[in-house]
Amino acid sequence: MTDSVYTQLLDLACGAFLLAAVVVLWLRQLSSIVQVFALQGVALAAVAALLGLHEDRLGLLAVAAGIGLLRAGALPRLMLRALTAGTPHRSHPHYEEDVSESRETRPLVNVAASLLSAALLTLLAYAVSRPLVELHSTPATRALPVGLAVVLIGFFTLVTRRRALAQVVGFLLLDNGITVTAFLAASGVPLIVELGVSFDVLLAVLVLQILTTRMRAAFGGTGIDDLRELRD
Amino acid sequence: MNGTMTATGTAAVTLQVALVAAGAPLLAGLMRQVRALLEGRVGPGVTQPWRDLRKLLRKEAVTPAGTGPAFRLGPLVLVATTAVVAALVPLASTATPVSGGADLILVVALLALGTVALALAGLDTGTAFGGMGASREMTVAALVEPTILLAVFALSIPAGSTNLSAIVSGGIHDPVRLASPAGLLSTAALAVAVLAETGRLPVDNPATHLELTMVHEAMVLEYAGPDLALVELGSQMRLTVLLGLLASLSAPWGIATTASPAALVLALVLLAVKVALLGAALAAAEVFWAKLRLFRVPELLAGSFLLALLAVTASYFLTGE
Repeated sequence: MTDSVYTQLLDLACGAFLLAAVVVLWLRQLSSIVQVFALQGVALAAVAALLGLHEDRLGLLAVAAGIGLLRAGALPRLMLRALTAGTPHRSHPHYEEDVSESRETRPLVNVAASLLSAALLTLLAYAVSRPLVELHSTPATRALPVGLAVVLIGFFTLVTRRRALAQVVGFLLLDNGITVTAFLAASGVPLIVELGVSFDVLLAVLVLQILTTRMRAAFGGTGIDDLRELRD
Repeated sequence: MNGTMTATGTAAVTLQVALVAAGAPLLAGLMRQVRALLEGRVGPGVTQPWRDLRKLLRKEAVTPAGTGPAFRLGPLVLVATTAVVAALVPLASTATPVSGGADLILVVALLALGTVALALAGLDTGTAFGGMGASREMTVAALVEPTILLAVFALSIPAGSTNLSAIVSGGIHDPVRLASPAGLLSTAALAVAVLAETGRLPVDNPATHLELTMVHEAMVLEYAGPDLALVELGSQMRLTVLLGLLASLSAPWGIATTASPAALVLALVLLAVKVALLGAALAAAEVFWAKLRLFRVPELLAGSFLLALLAVTASYFLTGE
C-alpha cells in the first residue's frame, strides 16, 4: 500500500467516523441511532486495521477485528434488544401522539441547535489539538482532532438527550472517541489494556440494559427526568 | 491563436446560456414525466412546459391593482440573474472570456439577488399569501446561502482560489480531490442546499397549491400571463444551473479546458446528459419522499451547513499543508 493511498483511506475512515457521530445527533429514531453507531464501529475498526497494515503489526489487526466484532456487532445488538423489549404492542392502531420509547422526542437542546453545537465542538477540537499535531505531523496525527471532536460530541449527546438508550449511545460515542484518539496518537494501547477497556464497555452496556429494563418496570418509561432521588 | 480562443470562448458562453434557457423547460418536463411514469400515469410529455410557456406568453399582461415596480421587475431580475449565472459558471468550458469573473461569492450573490427580487415582488402584492411565501422563502434562503458558500469553499481550499473555473479544472486534473472526505461531504451539503434553493421536495413541494404548505408558489400566486411565464422559466433555469453546477463540481469529466470546438461540443452534450440524469434521479427520489414540516426544515439545513463546515475543516486540517 503506497503512502498516498494509505493517507486517503485513513482520511476517509476518519471522515466517516466523525460523520457518524454527527448523524447520531441529527436522528431521532433510536433504532436508526443504534445502526449509525454500528457504522461508526466499522469505521473505527477500519482505522485500526489501516494503522496495522501500514506499520505491519499483526497484533493491531487482531485488535481491529475484535473492535469490529464488539462495537459493530455485539453492542448494537444488545442495545436493539433493549429497545425492542420495551416496545409495547399496539392493540388499537389509531392516531395519537407518539409517546413510545422508540423516539428521542424532546432533547434538551433542539436538533438544529445541537448540530450547530457539534460544529463548534469540532472547531474547538481542531483548535485544542493544534499543538499536538505540530509535535509530529503524520497523516495519523493530523486526524487526531477527529478523535477529540467525537469525544466532545459524545459528551454533548450524553448531557442533552432524555432517553436512557440515547444516553448509552452518547457514552459509547465518548468511548469510541477515546479509542480512536489512542490509535491515532500512539497506534493503540497495549493489548491487555485494550481488552480491559473492551470488557469494561461491554459490562457497562449490559448493566445499563438491565437498568433500562428496571426503569421501565418502575416508571413505565426510560425518560431520565423521572429519576429524581437517590436511594440505597 | 488568441483570436480563435476568444471566438470559441464566446461561443461556449453563448451556447451555455442558450442550452440552459432552452433546456430548462425540457428538464422540468422530463422530471414530471419520470414522476408520472413511476406513479403509473401516462404523463403529458417532455415538451409540456414549453407548450405552457407559449400559452402564457400569448396572454395579456395583467398586474394587480396597487402593485409597484418591485412586482413588475421581479421576474425580469430573476431570469436575468440566472442567465448571468449560467454564463459565468463553468458548465461546459473553463476557458471562456468571463471565466476570470466566475467567482464563487459573485455567483452566490447573483442567486441571492434573484431570490430577494422575487420575495420583494411577493411582498409588493400586499396579499397574505405573498407575504407569507416571501417570509418563508427568506428563512430558507438565509440558511441556504451560507451552506452553498461553505460547501464550495471547501472545494476551493485545495484549488487555492474561489474562482469556479479554477476549482473545476483542478478537479479534472486531480480526481483524487473529489473522492476525499472533504469532496464527498461538500457534495452532500451542496446537494441538500440545491434542493432547498430550488424549492424541491423535501423542503417545498413544487406541485402543491395548498396554502399551508406552499413556499415558492405562495410568492408568485398573483402573477399571470407573460410575467408568470418568466417566473416559471426563471425557476426552471435556476434548477438547471444549480444541477449543472453540482455536476461540474462533483463530476467534472468532459468539461472543455481548452479552446477546441470539438471538445466544446462534447462538453455540451455531456452537460445535457449529466443534468438530465441528475434531474431524472431527483424526480425518481421525490416519489419516495414526503415534504418536511416547515419547522423541521431549519434542522435539515443546519445539518447540511454542518456537513459543509466539516468539509471545510477536513479539507483544511486533514490534508495538511
